[in-house]
Amino acid sequence: MSIDIDTARRVASLARIRVEEDALPELAQEFNAVLGFIEQLSEVDVEGIEPMTSVTPQRLKRRTDVITDGDQQAKILKNAPDAREGFFAVPKVVE
Amino acid sequence: MTDLNTLTLAAARDGLRKGDFTSSDLTEACLTSIAAAGKLNAFVHDTSEQAREQAKAADVRIAAGDAPNMCGLPIGVKDVFATKGQPTQAASHILDGFRPEYESTITSKLFDAGAVMLGKLNMDEFAMGSSTENSVYGPAINPWKIDDRDLTPGGSSGGSAAAVAADLCLAATGTDTGGSIRQPAAFTGTVGIKPTYGRCSRWGVIAYASSLDQAGPMTKTVRDAAIMLEAMAGHDAKDSTSMELAVPDFEALITGDIKGKKIGIPKEYRLDGMSAEIAKLWDDGAAMLKDAGAEIVDVSLPHTKYALPAYYVIAPAEASSNLARYDGVRYGHRAKIGEGDGIDDMYEKTRAEGFGREVQRRIMVGTYVLSAGFYDAYYNRARKVRTLIKRDFEQVFAAGVDAILAPTTPSAAFGIGEVSKADPVEMYLNDVFTVTLNLAGLPGVSVPTGLSSTGLPLGLQLIGRPWEEGDLLNIAHSLEQSAGFVSKPTKWW
Repeated sequence: MSIDIDTARRVASLARIRVEEDALPELAQEFNAVLGFIEQLSEVDVEGIEPMTSVTPQRLKRRTDVITDGDQQAKILKNAPDAREGFFAVPKVVE
Repeated sequence: MTDLNTLTLAAARDGLRKGDFTSSDLTEACLTSIAAAGKLNAFVHDTSEQAREQAKAADVRIAAGDAPNMCGLPIGVKDVFATKGQPTQAASHILDGFRPEYESTITSKLFDAGAVMLGKLNMDEFAMGSSTENSVYGPAINPWKIDDRDLTPGGSSGGSAAAVAADLCLAATGTDTGGSIRQPAAFTGTVGIKPTYGRCSRWGVIAYASSLDQAGPMTKTVRDAAIMLEAMAGHDAKDSTSMELAVPDFEALITGDIKGKKIGIPKEYRLDGMSAEIAKLWDDGAAMLKDAGAEIVDVSLPHTKYALPAYYVIAPAEASSNLARYDGVRYGHRAKIGEGDGIDDMYEKTRAEGFGREVQRRIMVGTYVLSAGFYDAYYNRARKVRTLIKRDFEQVFAAGVDAILAPTTPSAAFGIGEVSKADPVEMYLNDVFTVTLNLAGLPGVSVPTGLSSTGLPLGLQLIGRPWEEGDLLNIAHSLEQSAGFVSKPTKWW
């Protein structure tokens, strides 16, 4: 499997990372180095093997569906690059 | 009296209890050594004000006779742990200025036990790397030096390893996703243990690959690792993957007796092209354990070869999901946006500016292997291979093996900038011996056992059964005693 420039552009866009057009060939080449390395996995016979979901034989714990905390708006907004009137502020999302 | 910053945790604890010195004395000695070690670039955020307060409080507790093991002991904390009110940015530009409003479970436990935080330690950005070169603060430097080159202390917990090796702190916290505690420990002549997955809470530890990440101590001795691990470990309701299991007194399990223990030597770790000195280090380690009464047996872990490729699917996949939260909205860096830019432009510009090259690469590889059409071929296949890797270990342990002995790294520390930036895979190969354990969730400890022909430390790794860190540390202690590694880097910084 070889990654071309179009695929590199699409992956960058899916990952929400801006990659300039002239940087795409090098990025595609780096992807190919990594993918060439992980390609070895295709040699392994995985017929009938379950994909691992948890490394420890433990079921995820459940708790009662109740409110356990809250009322800390100021703390939550404290590190925001732009917070106004008790909200996170972002560029216009809906026209 | 020896310089207090050079003490082990055990010696400092005993000295504090006897009243030979105070936690404030210890803390000042460490702060002085940190101030003189700027060249190592190990400590990247100064928390000395908090340290002095914690030391004072610890001295009160010690005087009152209420002193847990870690009480009054000055440590460094990897920048990946959320520390309340203190800079916490996982060595990333994208978390510039972030000061959490909460404390990670591990640092809470350490502080409750009376430990003193001297500062935050350098690392590879988001713990992705094996050399601490992927850091927004610039690389940490290994205190070991053999010529005019600066050497890497390894990574990602390179700042932690450098600080412990240079006696800037008595011990440090690290995290290990593919070898990030053990490889730096091996490169700096220190001890590092990655506990069983689920032994330490991940709550408040900035996530890289959640199914692999595990925190652990980095120390000067195996006994110190036992002391500090006990303080860090334990169930936490805030981490659903942390195990509800009592934490033993790990130090008390160090008996010095390993008679009858069965130690496995995995043939698949004897790679083609393994250097003669690594092969000899390994053989010598096996001979030491045999002399101490252990039985040495050959074992096979047939899927070893596929561990690194499986890791480089699973870890980036999880990272692409975990790091989606850095979007310039809730914390950290936000890019300046142009007239008419929408929210996607803001995300894309913020992430392009905020993440370093290796982090971007791993996020995008992860995005690719999870994308429609490739999910089965890469991600599901890697998870199946992971099942097989874990099964290899289960079969060896079921045959009665108590621990497995292997080298920690394929070589001694390399120079800054020496491993190719053009081919990321070259750097990945550093973790060839360490990454298998993360995939299998097993505990592993690196112990310094010798010097390379050029005079740099080399480490051996012991791999244990799940939840049996106590037994593992006992075997590691025996190896440490037999090897008698006492070399320290000569101070040049």
